Amino acid sequence: MIYGGGVDVGSTQTKAIILSEDRKIVARSLINTGANVSMAAERSFREAAASAGITPESVAYVVGTGYGRYKVNFGNAQITEISCHARGANLLFPKTRTVIDMGGQDAKGIRVGEDGDVKDFVMNDKCAAGTGRFLSNAAETVGLGLDQIGPISLGAKKPVRLSTVCAVFVESDIMSYLAEGKTVPDILGGVHNAIAARTVALVRRVGIDPEITFTGGVSLNIGMVKALEQKLGLPVNVCADSHYIGAIGAAIFALERALGGASAGSDKPNQVPAGAPKSSLPIIGAQ
Amino acid sequence: MAQVTPKSDYQGRIHNLQKDMIGRYYARLTAAAEGKGDKAIYMLISGNPVELIAAFDMIPVYPEVNALQLAVKKQSLPLILAAEEMGYSTDNCAYVKADVGMYFAGRKTPFATIPEPDLILCNYVGCNVYLQWFEHLAEYSKAPIYNLDVPFFRTPGPEPLEEDLSYVVKQLEELIEVLERLSGKSLDYKKLQRIMQLSGETGELWSDIKKLTRERPAPFDAYFDSVMMMAPLYCLRGTEDGLRFFQEAYKEMKQRADNHEGPLPQEKFRVVMEGPPPWPFLRQFRDMFSRWGAVAIASTYSTVGGIWEFGFRHDPQHPLESIARHMLQWNVTNRNFIQRYKQIKDYVEDWGADALVIHSVKSCRLFSAGQGDMRDYFTKQLNVPTLLIESDLEDPRYFSEAQLRNRVDAFFESLEHQRTLVKK
Repeated sequence: MIYGGGVDVGSTQTKAIILSEDRKIVARSLINTGANVSMAAERSFREAAASAGITPESVAYVVGTGYGRYKVNFGNAQITEISCHARGANLLFPKTRTVIDMGGQDAKGIRVGEDGDVKDFVMNDKCAAGTGRFLSNAAETVGLGLDQIGPISLGAKKPVRLSTVCAVFVESDIMSYLAEGKTVPDILGGVHNAIAARTVALVRRVGIDPEITFTGGVSLNIGMVKALEQKLGLPVNVCADSHYIGAIGAAIFALERALGGASAGSDKPNQVPAGAPKSSLPIIGAQ
Repeated sequence: MAQVTPKSDYQGRIHNLQKDMIGRYYARLTAAAEGKGDKAIYMLISGNPVELIAAFDMIPVYPEVNALQLAVKKQSLPLILAAEEMGYSTDNCAYVKADVGMYFAGRKTPFATIPEPDLILCNYVGCNVYLQWFEHLAEYSKAPIYNLDVPFFRTPGPEPLEEDLSYVVKQLEELIEVLERLSGKSLDYKKLQRIMQLSGETGELWSDIKKLTRERPAPFDAYFDSVMMMAPLYCLRGTEDGLRFFQEAYKEMKQRADNHEGPLPQEKFRVVMEGPPPWPFLRQFRDMFSRWGAVAIASTYSTVGGIWEFGFRHDPQHPLESIARHMLQWNVTNRNFIQRYKQIKDYVEDWGADALVIHSVKSCRLFSAGQGDMRDYFTKQLNVPTLLIESDLEDPRYFSEAQLRNRVDAFFESLEHQRTLVKK
């Protein structure tokens, strides 16, 4: 059995996926990235392999993605998460033509072709306003967990208007609304609407075509899903594996290269990776 | 057959020649600063009458060039911060802030002591920040200021309005009177014509050099290498040294073209670059493209001081008229969007490019305004793959290597993938 591995090292969380040659997900792992990025990559990958009952070495090819992709020392190649999200969304939802990805600090719009190739993309720049960071700051300010704010926001009767787009200044905005006596659902409704508006404006720059697939950690937030659908006037695809989509895409590229496929492209001739690619992992504990 | 070039960035004979010549130019500046030299005229790059200045044996001083040199030597940030403490906004052009910071820090740089101005010649061409920048310098230095008001190139082209050209010529005549009073001499018209001849020939060579990048592989990078060749074009245009530099440069580039040598081991992608480079991070920025085998075959920033590849030449038979044309019509900063789009489209089609890369700069409104629309136009209407990335030309704080690399990598990944699809 040939396996392909994908490790998505994000700013907040690291995800690992192992696919079997028939493109079935045989293992998943999700951990916080923390300060030591290469260790997070390694640990995530080991845990995934262990959960599938296979050794890490038996994974034929590993692709690293995400900001920390050059720190996946055991990886055979690095591919950006833009390309990986497009391929991953295409596997889970083959009619995907637009990906909206919202992660810890990143928001992206990707226009996707039939094969899952990237036609065009746009990303937020120098500002975390439309991202998970905005939501986690808001959650903290109202004293709730990230998993609670989505469902609660659905109960908004009159969502507030947020006058700022800054992920830090949103905290003082929320505090003054609380002082005014606005309800938490109304405030959270406002927060989700503000992000949805900002994200949709970003993604419109590459054009929005159905089907739209929502990926990244924030896609697990039902309040965000609804707010986006309302703003778009269109349904969005989500699934339980939404925030693994980058790692899934990376694993698909890995599988293609392991099986000798040409469509993923070859390793770049002028490339100097951060760590030399190794074919086997270092021994546990030898850090 | 493409040969392997041992170095990943171009550094040939003309690199040393340039260092020599520009070194001599900077020595002239220092001499002037010490009171032992010629009169110093502050000017802006975007289309200027340096030929008139040279005719009076005065030295052109370019605050823009000084600012970018400081950024390349990674000395711009403390000066920018000093200017911000004075009250300049974070949104102001960082060239201005570095220059003002440098002025108040004693005008000593690693490459020269910059003289105080004897005349501040504000050639207002395109960039309206120029007006305030030079007004401030006039206030700080108490030097006289002459505003040369060049109307925007406000027809869709190909020709500007006759009355706009006459208006510029009239001001050039006025400027001659100012320079005559400053120097105590009358204009030597024959000398001006000789200088115009030198400028004309220099422009011809620069145009020929630029056309060499139509070859495959291109013999040099028309962004990263061109911007390094621009200093002689501004500081030495109209001089024998300047002409000699471009003669040597042409010889060297032509030889590389004949040997099918490019700046990279393999030219995989040919791109047009729009926007100034991030001067504090030139090497890192270049590496982001080199790792993909991407070479610039044309750039718009290398035409801020003048566009010569479409036929313009300084004309010794009509000095003031051709200087006026150069300032109004033949540089990118004075042009409107329709013309800027056409220039890039011509590069894509006539030089053969696979993509357009727009490097938007945070502090430059002139260049950055409208680049979102530019991207839309090229991707949606002309089907030219276009990448839009942002940092700054002078301020190191706006350069995020991880973010930029992500976008550049994603873009070339997708271009590479398109190619494999076409092969199938």
